[in-house]
Amino acid sequence: QVEQVKLLDRFSTSNKSLTGTLYLTATHLLFIDSSQRETWILHHHIAAVEKLPLTTSGCPLVIQCKNFRIVHFVVPRERDCHDIYNSLLQLSRTAKYEELYAFSYNPKQNESEQVKGWQLIDLAEEYKRMGVPNDYWQLSDANRDYKICETYPRELYVPRTASKPIIVGSSKFRSKGRFPVLSYYHKNKEAAICRCSQPLSGFSARCLEDEHMLQAISKANPSNRYMYVMDTRPKLNAMANRAAGKGYENEDNYSNIRFQFVGIENIHVMRSSLQKLLEVSGTRGLSVNDFLSGLENSGWLRHIKAVLDAAVFLAKAIAVESASVLVHCSDGWDRTSQVCSLGALLLDSYYRTIKGFMVLIEKDWISFGHKFSDRCCQLDGDPKEISPVFTQFLESVWNLTEQFPQAFEYNEAFLLQIHEHVHSCQFGNFLGNCQKEREELKLKEKTYSLWSFLLAEQKKYQNPLYNPDFSPDLTLLEPNTVSFNFKFWRNMYHQFDRSMHPRQSMFNLIMNTSEQNKQLEEDIKELEAKIKQRNGQSDVVLEKEQEQTARPVPVALKSPPCFQKEPPPMPVNDAVRTIEGSNTADNRYSELVSEFSKAEPAVVSLEYGVARMTC
Amino acid sequence: MEFAELIKTPRADNVVLHRPFHLAVEGTLCLTGHHLIFSSRRHDNAEELWLLHSNIDSIDKRFVGSLGTVVIKCKDLRIIQLDIPGMEECLNIASSIEALSTLDSVTLMYPFFYRPMFELLEDGWSSFLLEQEFELLSSVTNEWRLSCVNKEFSVCPSYPPIVVVPKCVDDDALRKVALFRHGGRFPVLSYYHKKNGMAMLRSSQPLTGTNGRRCKEDEKLVNATLRSGRRGFVIDTRPLTVAQQARAKGGGFEQEVHYPQWRRIHKYIERFNILQESFIKLVEACNDQSHNMDRWLSKLEASNWLTHIKELLTAACLAAQCIDREGASVLVHGSEGTDSTLQVTSLAQIILDPRCRTIRGFEALIVREWLQAGHPFQQRCAQSAYSNSKQKWEAPVFLLFLDCVWQIHRQFPCSFEFNEQFLIMLFEHAYASQFGTFLGNNENERAKLKLPQKTMSLWSWVNRPEELCRFQNPLYEANSLVIWPSVAPQSLQLWEGVFLRWNRPSRFLEEAEEERIHIIKYNKELQARVNALRRRLAELEAEEEDEEEV
Repeated sequence: QVEQVKLLDRFSTSNKSLTGTLYLTATHLLFIDSSQRETWILHHHIAAVEKLPLTTSGCPLVIQCKNFRIVHFVVPRERDCHDIYNSLLQLSRTAKYEELYAFSYNPKQNESEQVKGWQLIDLAEEYKRMGVPNDYWQLSDANRDYKICETYPRELYVPRTASKPIIVGSSKFRSKGRFPVLSYYHKNKEAAICRCSQPLSGFSARCLEDEHMLQAISKANPSNRYMYVMDTRPKLNAMANRAAGKGYENEDNYSNIRFQFVGIENIHVMRSSLQKLLEVSGTRGLSVNDFLSGLENSGWLRHIKAVLDAAVFLAKAIAVESASVLVHCSDGWDRTSQVCSLGALLLDSYYRTIKGFMVLIEKDWISFGHKFSDRCCQLDGDPKEISPVFTQFLESVWNLTEQFPQAFEYNEAFLLQIHEHVHSCQFGNFLGNCQKEREELKLKEKTYSLWSFLLAEQKKYQNPLYNPDFSPDLTLLEPNTVSFNFKFWRNMYHQFDRSMHPRQSMFNLIMNTSEQNKQLEEDIKELEAKIKQRNGQSDVVLEKEQEQTARPVPVALKSPPCFQKEPPPMPVNDAVRTIEGSNTADNRYSELVSEFSKAEPAVVSLEYGVARMTC
Repeated sequence: MEFAELIKTPRADNVVLHRPFHLAVEGTLCLTGHHLIFSSRRHDNAEELWLLHSNIDSIDKRFVGSLGTVVIKCKDLRIIQLDIPGMEECLNIASSIEALSTLDSVTLMYPFFYRPMFELLEDGWSSFLLEQEFELLSSVTNEWRLSCVNKEFSVCPSYPPIVVVPKCVDDDALRKVALFRHGGRFPVLSYYHKKNGMAMLRSSQPLTGTNGRRCKEDEKLVNATLRSGRRGFVIDTRPLTVAQQARAKGGGFEQEVHYPQWRRIHKYIERFNILQESFIKLVEACNDQSHNMDRWLSKLEASNWLTHIKELLTAACLAAQCIDREGASVLVHGSEGTDSTLQVTSLAQIILDPRCRTIRGFEALIVREWLQAGHPFQQRCAQSAYSNSKQKWEAPVFLLFLDCVWQIHRQFPCSFEFNEQFLIMLFEHAYASQFGTFLGNNENERAKLKLPQKTMSLWSWVNRPEELCRFQNPLYEANSLVIWPSVAPQSLQLWEGVFLRWNRPSRFLEEAEEERIHIIKYNKELQARVNALRRRLAELEAEEEDEEEV
C-alpha cells in the first residue's frame, strides 16, 4: 500500500491528475482515488511495467496492459516505486499454470454449476447440427489418445473413404502431424471446410496417402469434383519453407485441386504491426496526418483486410461454387483458425448468435489448438511467440458487425469482454495451448468456464438491432472489403481512454431503451390482466371467463403490483445522456491551455471503464 | 434566351442508365430547360431520375462505335453513366447538358422558374429576421442596439441592412470604423453568451498597413464589449506571418499598443483554394474502389481534409473556451471575414448555445452567420469536387462547416434536434437547389435579384411538418450544457454520409437506422399505453372503493 500516488491522464495536456492510494493484492493492482473510485488491474493483464526517470513530483511508473489500458502513476518516493515495480514484475510473470488466477478464482458456483458450465458447449452436438456424421463424413477415432496429433482434439471428422492408414500416412506428411480434417460442413451445398498444416513436401517429396486424403475430401463432395487448397501465407514465405523440407502442395501431384495463395502475414509481422499501431495511437497531441500515416505504416488495417478477404474467398468458394476448401498455413493454428472461423461465420448465421459464437471459438480456436497460452503470454515465455492473432479475428468480426448492424445477436461489448478474458486467465477456457494440455491440467475440475458467465449476463451483450430473420439459414453474408470500409477500432484500442469516446453513447441509449421496452411490454400485460380482473369482479357472470384469460400471464400476477411502482425511470443512465461536462483540458485545443489554468469547475468525468472489475 | 435553342435533341430512347450498386436500367432520356429526366419504360416498377442541370459538376463523353457514353458527375458527388445510342443524339445531348449546366445568368436558374406544388404555410424569407433575434437579446441585456447604418448597403456591401453593435457606439463612428476594416466589415455582434454576458464579435482585418494606422472609433467599439478590468481575445484565423504580410497590402492586425486589453491568438485555418484542392483529392480517393489499404490511407492523409476538420474544430473550441471558461469577450476575423471567420463563429455557437442545436435555431444560425453575414455562396459553391475549370473562387467552406457539425453531432448524438440527413440536405441545396435561399453572394445581391419576391425560400419548404419529420432526430433531448467535442484524430471520422454515400451499399445501414428509430418510437408508444392503463386501473379501483363505501 502506497499513499499519495498520482494517476495521470494519458492524453491530457494539462498535468491534471487524481491522487489516491495504490494497493497491491495477490491478484490485482488497485488504485482508489480521493473520490473513492476504484481502478482494478489484474496482474495477468499487465504486459509491461516501465519506470521512468525521477521527476520533481516523484517517480513515474507506466503500466501497459494486454487489454490496451495504459496507466501512468507517479509515486512520491522512489523507494516505493521501486518496490512496486519489482513486485509487479514478479506478479505479472507466472511460471506455472497452477499459479494463474483461474486456479484460485472462486465465483461461488457449486460443483454442479461448474460442471454444467463446462458442458454448455458440446462440439459433438455442433457437428450434428452441421449434418455430420453422414454418408460422406464420419467420426474418426484415430486421434482418440492423441497418438497421431498432440495438438488436435480427440474427436475428428474425416471423409468415410479415408482409412486409418491414409490418415496415419497423411499425418506423417504434415507439419506437427496436423492432417486434413473437417472444420465446417455446409449442409445445403454438401461442401466442406477442411484444415491442416503445411505438407512436408520440400522441393519434390510427395506422399500417396496425403494425395489420397485430399482426393477423399473432394470425393466427399458430390456436387463439385474439384476442391480449393488455400495456402493462407504469402507465396514467398511458403517457398522459403520448402528449403526446410516443408512447403505447399504441388498441383501436378494432386488431382482436381485448385491451389491458391492468400498472403496473410505471419505472427511476427502481426506482432510488430500491433506494436506500431499502439505507439501511434498512444502519442500525445497526435496530428491527423501523423495518425493516418502511422495507421498506414503499421499495416494493421491491411492485415485485417487480408484476413477478411481470405474468409470471403473461402465462403464464396463454398456458397457459389459448392466446392470444398482445404485451408492451411504453416502449422495450421493461427491464420488457418482465422480464415476457417471467419469463413464459417459468413456462411452460417448460427455463428452470429451469442451461443453460436462461443461454439465457433470453442471449435476452431480452442479445440484445434490455437496456442492461446503462447500467443497471449499467459506464462512467462518466449516473447517471439506472442501475437495478436485472436485479436485480429475479433476485429474482423467487429468490422462485419459494422457493415451488417442487424445480422449479429451479439454486440461490441461481447467481443471486448471475450478479448478481456482471453488475457485475464480468470477462466479455464483459454488456458494452455491445446486440448491435451488442458486435460492434463484438469481445468474442468479446477477452474470455471467463461461461457456460462457470459450467458448469465447475456443481456449486456445483446445487440438491440439484431434481426434473426436478417439472413435466412445458410445464406452468405457478403461484406464489402473495399479499403474504406475498414476503420480503426477505437473502442478496442482506446477502451479505457474515455476522453476520446463520444460523450453521449447512442449505443447505450438504444440498448437501454430496448431493454425498457421489454419491461414495458410486461407491464402492459400485467396491467391488462389486472384491469380484466377488476372488470370481472364487477361483473360476476364473466368472472370465470376472465380468470381463464388471466391465466396465460401468471408471471404478472406473482410480481408486485406494478401500479404501485413509480413510473419506470427514464431508461438511460443519466450520466450517459446528460453530458459529463467534458473537460476542455482533455482536449488539445490550444497551447494556451496552460494559461487558462484557472480553477475549472469540478466536473466529474464518466469513467465507467475505470471502475469495471474483471470479474 | 430560350432554353429550347440549347436543346437540340430533347429526347432519346433506349438509353441505359448505370449507377453504382444498382442494376442497369433501360429507358427514355428527356432534357428540359432545367432538368435531365430519365424514365424506365417498364410499367410495373417505373424508375425515374430527375437531375437538376445546376447539380451537374462535369460531363465526359466517349464513343464505342456509334454507342455514346456520357458520364455525369454531380455536385452532390454522385456519378452516373448514360449509354446513348446514336452518335449525333449523344453529341447533342452532351453539349446541351454542358450548356444548360453552366448558365451564366443567375436569373435563368431554376429557382426563378420553380413553382411549388405545396401550400405555403410560412414564408421562409421572413422566418428569421434580425429584429426578432434582437428582441430576445434585449430581454437579457441593454448594452446593444440595432443599427441601420448599412440600410442602403453603402457602408458595407457584404453586410445586411441591419446589424447589432454596442449601444455606446453611434452610426457616425461605425462609418469611420468601416473605413478602417477590409470591405467595410466593421466588428458586429455574432453571439451573446447569456450565462456570463460575454460577447463574440466578428469583422474583417483592420487596415493598419505598414505604417500602423489606427482608428480610435474601432478601439472604442471593441473595448465597449469588455467588462472593466477584463481582457478580451482576438482570434485571428491567419498565421502570424500571413497577417504580417497582409500589412504590405494595406491589411493587418490589431497591434498590442493600440489594443492593450486584447490578446491576439493566431489560429490558422486554411484558405479557400487550398480547401478546394483538399476536397477534390478526398473525393478522388473515395471514388477509387481499387485502392489497397496503404494507398487509401495515404490518399486520405494527403487530402488533408480531416486535418482541416481538426484545425477548424480546435479554433471553434478555443473561441468557445475563451467565452465560457475564461469569461472573456472574443473578436474573430481573418482577412475578409467571410469564410473562416464565419466557420469559427458559427461552430462556437453550436458548442455554446443549445438553441443552435435545434432545427429552427440551426436554420437561424445559417441565416444569421452565413447568409446575412455575407458568405459568398454563389462563388464558393459554383463548382464542386469534379470541376475541371480552374476558377479560384470555389471552396467547400460551408461543407467543411457542416462536416464539423456532423463530427460534434456524432459525439453528442442526443443533443441535436436534427439528424444527419438535415446536414446532407443543406449541403445539397447549397450547391444546387430549386430554392433561392443560397443564390447570390450577400444580402445586397439578393435584394437586387429580388429573390424573396421571385423565388421560394428553402425554409418555406423544409419547415413544413411533412418534410420536417424526415430531418428530426428521435434521440433528441434538450441539453442546456456547453458541449465540448474531442478533437483527437481517433475521435474524428470521415463523413461517410457525404463522401461514401454513392460508393457503398447502404441498405443495411439504413435498415439499422430505421430499427433504431423504431425502438425509440415504440418506447414512447409503450409508455403512453402503460400510463393509459394505469389511469384506467386507478379509475376502476376508485369505483370499487366507492361501491364498497356505498
